[in-house]
Amino acid sequence: MKDIRKYDHMKYMEGMEAIDSDIMDRVLAETAAYDYNKYTAADVERALSRETIDVDGFKALLSPAALPYLEQMAQRAKEETRRHFGNSVSMFTPLYIANYCENYCVYCGFNCSNRIHRAKLTYEEIEEELKTIAKTGLQDILILTGEEKKQSSVEYIGKAVKLAAKYFNLVGIEIYPVNTDEYRYLHECGADYVCVYQETYNTDKYEEMHLRGSKRIYPYRFNAQERALRGGMRSVSFGALLGLDDFRKDAFATGMHAKLIQQKYPQAEISFSPPRLRPFINNEENNPKDVHERQLLQVMTSYRMFMPFAGITISTRERAGFRDNVIGMCATKISAGVSVGVGGHAHEEKGDEQFDISDPRSVDEVRSTIVAHGLQPVFTDYIRV
Amino acid sequence: MNNDKLVIGGHEFDSRFILGSGKFSLDMTKKVLENSGAQIATLALRRANGECEENILDYMPEGITLLPNTSGARNADEAIRIAHLSRELGCGDFIKLEVVRDSKYLLPDNGETIKATEVLAKEGFVVMPYMYPDLNAARDLENAGAAAVMPLGAPIGSNKGLATKDFIQILIDEIDLPIIVDAGIGRPSQACEAMEMGAAAVMANTAIATAGDVALMATAFRLAIESGRAAYLAGLGRVLEKGGEASSPLTGFLED
Repeated sequence: MKDIRKYDHMKYMEGMEAIDSDIMDRVLAETAAYDYNKYTAADVERALSRETIDVDGFKALLSPAALPYLEQMAQRAKEETRRHFGNSVSMFTPLYIANYCENYCVYCGFNCSNRIHRAKLTYEEIEEELKTIAKTGLQDILILTGEEKKQSSVEYIGKAVKLAAKYFNLVGIEIYPVNTDEYRYLHECGADYVCVYQETYNTDKYEEMHLRGSKRIYPYRFNAQERALRGGMRSVSFGALLGLDDFRKDAFATGMHAKLIQQKYPQAEISFSPPRLRPFINNEENNPKDVHERQLLQVMTSYRMFMPFAGITISTRERAGFRDNVIGMCATKISAGVSVGVGGHAHEEKGDEQFDISDPRSVDEVRSTIVAHGLQPVFTDYIRV
Repeated sequence: MNNDKLVIGGHEFDSRFILGSGKFSLDMTKKVLENSGAQIATLALRRANGECEENILDYMPEGITLLPNTSGARNADEAIRIAHLSRELGCGDFIKLEVVRDSKYLLPDNGETIKATEVLAKEGFVVMPYMYPDLNAARDLENAGAAAVMPLGAPIGSNKGLATKDFIQILIDEIDLPIIVDAGIGRPSQACEAMEMGAAAVMANTAIATAGDVALMATAFRLAIESGRAAYLAGLGRVLEKGGEASSPLTGFLED
């Protein structure tokens, strides 16, 4: 593995397509100028009184001054969610087909220095997993790999996507960022949505956190959504790993990134994922940058109000009680029957897990809960044409 | 009013309420249909395809005409393919044409909608296009073979009512097809107003789906639409918008 620790993380490596776009510069400039401490209760109230939330309103809602307004924010978020999504809550599950990874991300269980059990599924194994998952009734699947192009080549992923498209209406991919032509190929194989998370939008922190591997190259990752859309993908997802750096700035940058992409590609369907690093339990409320459930909800409701039409996905990293209460309020998509090891649906997991999940409920259990909340579980909201 | 039928593509309906079904819990659909009196209900094909246990078709009472929509289509070609799929699935010949390439406001693309209308009408579909209320586009849709025209009142899901009122009135006055107000209707009074203006029917979904008592709101919409229709047929009395009528008319001096 090539050690590129000294490699300039803002410079493209060979083979990485550089597109002509000013979105990264605009997001970074706007985020640098965001001083959340200057916002007051009056700013938050003003934002909440407006019919639509503009960029400045979004800044106010993400500020510490908005925390006392969390209940009002939740109420408003729920109204927006109902107006744009009605009662529906989409369900999906992730399928990890490989966990080889060339990157050294200091916070991640898959990172290349961790001696975990690495594996990748054969095509036969992938198909068995897909069949098993399809039996639950799910119609939306997210195919994931670690970020390692040799073990998990675009062709390998493409073939997995083709298999998935046989059993599922909607196929997403969460893989290493690729070039436009590769996204186009994966789209032709049957993938329609792409999840790429920037982890942190702070370029300095990003460099510190990503010591090795091609993931170290910040702008290539940043522009992945744009390349995916140019490659024909319908839907792109945005997210920062909240808590890695200053979560307020990262949440703001995530929203700005999504907003500018939607403006430039109006047909793109936009969604957010709000993963977080959990604070240490003994450190309750000590660090103002910790992301407790209150802060997480502040971010999620702010995303909802800023972009009322965007999807928000809630992962099994969060406990059932949290997930059940944010669906219908701000989240619109929920995973169920989740295994975060390699495989694990048809057979025992073949490779180790990326992180621990906090909500192990089956598809049936999650579906029943959605119904019990007066909401409508939606297995498919998509036609591949 | 007994002979007052809504006629779309040669099919007759007594009810002038079209129920959008995209935002309900499915078990509510039946009750809402009963209370609203609706005889036409939309069906989002993207929700209905595949082997889904909660299939919306199972919740549709007998006698309801399905109006499958092409939601998810971003251009004419995709809409046409979804319409073909609808026919293959046995959903009938009605198609509510929706072509949207804006994920934020979900505003329809009139140009692509006209293209798709032309193709589908020739193939024998009863095409009901969702459109932005523009007279030229409405004329093109009429020439392309649309069976009705469905202008939006306000952005979908906004519950803002008849934000495009003046332009919808122009369509009602100029287009010889049923004009059905499609999106943005947030309350029964707005539905009533659209019907008073001469709209042939009103479609709503969010307004009912997000009500506190969904079934009761369905009843409220039925009554409002019936009331507005009756007012239209009765001929509204003259309502002067600028003050009263002059008691000494300026033309009183004329001798013949």
